[in-house]
Parts: sequence; structure tokens; C-alpha cells
Amino acid sequence: MTATQETRGTEEPAGDGTRTRLVSGPGILLVWLYGVMSVGAVSRSIYQIATEFDRAPLAYALSAVAAVVYAFITYTLVRGGETARRAALVCCAAELAGVVIVGTWTLVEPSAFPDATVWSDYGYGYLFIPVLLPLTGIWWLRRSRTAVAA
Amino acid sequence: MLDALTVAVSVAALALAAWCGFAAFRDQSTKDWHFIGMAVVTFLVLVQLIVGIVQLVRGEKAEEGTTIFVAYLLGALCAVPIAGFMSLAERSRWGSATVAAGAVVLAVLEVRLYDIWTVG
Repeated sequence: MTATQETRGTEEPAGDGTRTRLVSGPGILLVWLYGVMSVGAVSRSIYQIATEFDRAPLAYALSAVAAVVYAFITYTLVRGGETARRAALVCCAAELAGVVIVGTWTLVEPSAFPDATVWSDYGYGYLFIPVLLPLTGIWWLRRSRTAVAA
Repeated sequence: MLDALTVAVSVAALALAAWCGFAAFRDQSTKDWHFIGMAVVTFLVLVQLIVGIVQLVRGEKAEEGTTIFVAYLLGALCAVPIAGFMSLAERSRWGSATVAAGAVVLAVLEVRLYDIWTVG
């Protein structure tokens, strides 16, 4: 599977190597923001799970999930290529779903969350970046495909 | 001392964000002058890191804990240089936009640093 995808990559006009570059143009800004969110979410969840997991297990577990998703999207964006692009697209959709579900959940039932998660209140504590990022991410990844097809 | 530095870094970071944002708006990549600006901001953050550590060593306490305080100081130090290197890789308006975003992130980190350090 991977080998086929990479062979296809060589036929693609876009990019400077065997893979479609996802970090050129606006992609570099996107990868920076995802990188920041990864570092923030990963360090935050490591700290919280290591020091005070019992206080709000659900919130901290969800933060850890968010951290993994961010780190994975950052990696796929940097790696580039068609497989990575699709994986990133799926993860952006999952991220968007996560923000919407967890955001709604925290508003409907605040008692389940003694402490905030990255995705609480639709990412209010992070300037709504968690809800804006997947939207721009999906836009960018879909646009990259169009550029390849053209 | 630390509060004054926090304010200084925030103002410098926002100025850098505006400057690089303007470059992105005018469809320009980052130039030597922008990198000097980034160096100045990074130098201020480095001073802040040193002052912060000195204050911790002298026995002062950060309100939300030493670990978080030091982690944020280190994060603040990395933000602008990493964005600067990324703008070297992307010689277009988007490189400038990345540095602007990095400077905004730094300003946000400074606000959090203020909360973490100050009691109340």
C-alpha cells in the first residue's frame, strides 16, 4: 500500500521530491500552529496525568487524546505525500468532531469536568484555535489534492 | 523586575507580530531586519528566563508551581527562533506570517507567565 502510494508520488507534478509537499506556502503556517498545539497539549497532559490524574481523569484523558491527534497531524504534514495527506485529513475530521463533541459536552454537563481540557468550550482557553485549525487544515489538505490533480 | 520584563517582552512580541504581519500583507518574505527584530525579542526572553531562574533560586515561589513556570519560560524562549527558522525554509509571505504567528504565541505565553508567577 505504502509503496504504491509513494510510486504515485513520483508522478505528481507538485513538490520537489518523491512526495507531495504539504508544508509549502500556507502549509508552513499550518504546520507551525499544529506544532505549537502539539507541544502545548502534550506537555500539558504529561504534567496533569503525572501530578493530578485522579482529580479529573476524564478531562485529562481527553487532553491526552487531543495531544496524540495534534502530534500525529504535525508529523503527517511534515512528512508529506498522498498517504500522509489522507491520514491528516481523517485526523483533522476526527479533531473537529472531538472539539465539537467535547465542547458541547463541557457546556451541557460541566460537572463531568472538574478541570478544563484542551477542547473545553470549543477551545475557548486557546483562542478558539482548536476549532479553527481543523477547518483550515481540511481546507488546505483538500486544496493540495486539487493542486495535484490539476 | 520579572513583571516589567514580561510587559516588555509582550510589547516587543506584539510589535514583531505587527511588523511581520505587515510584511506578509505586502507579500514579502522575512528580511535581515526582521531577523534582527527576532533576535532582539529572543534576547529579551532569554533575559527573562535568567531572571526567572535567579528569582526561583533566591527562594521566591511561582504561584502555580515551579515546573509549569520553567516550562513556560523555555517554551517562550523557543517560540520565535523556531518560527524564524521555518521562515528561512519558506521564502514567501507565508514565512512572514509564520513568524507573526510565533510572536503572537509568545505574547499569549507571556500573559500565562504573568498568571503563573503572580499570586491571586
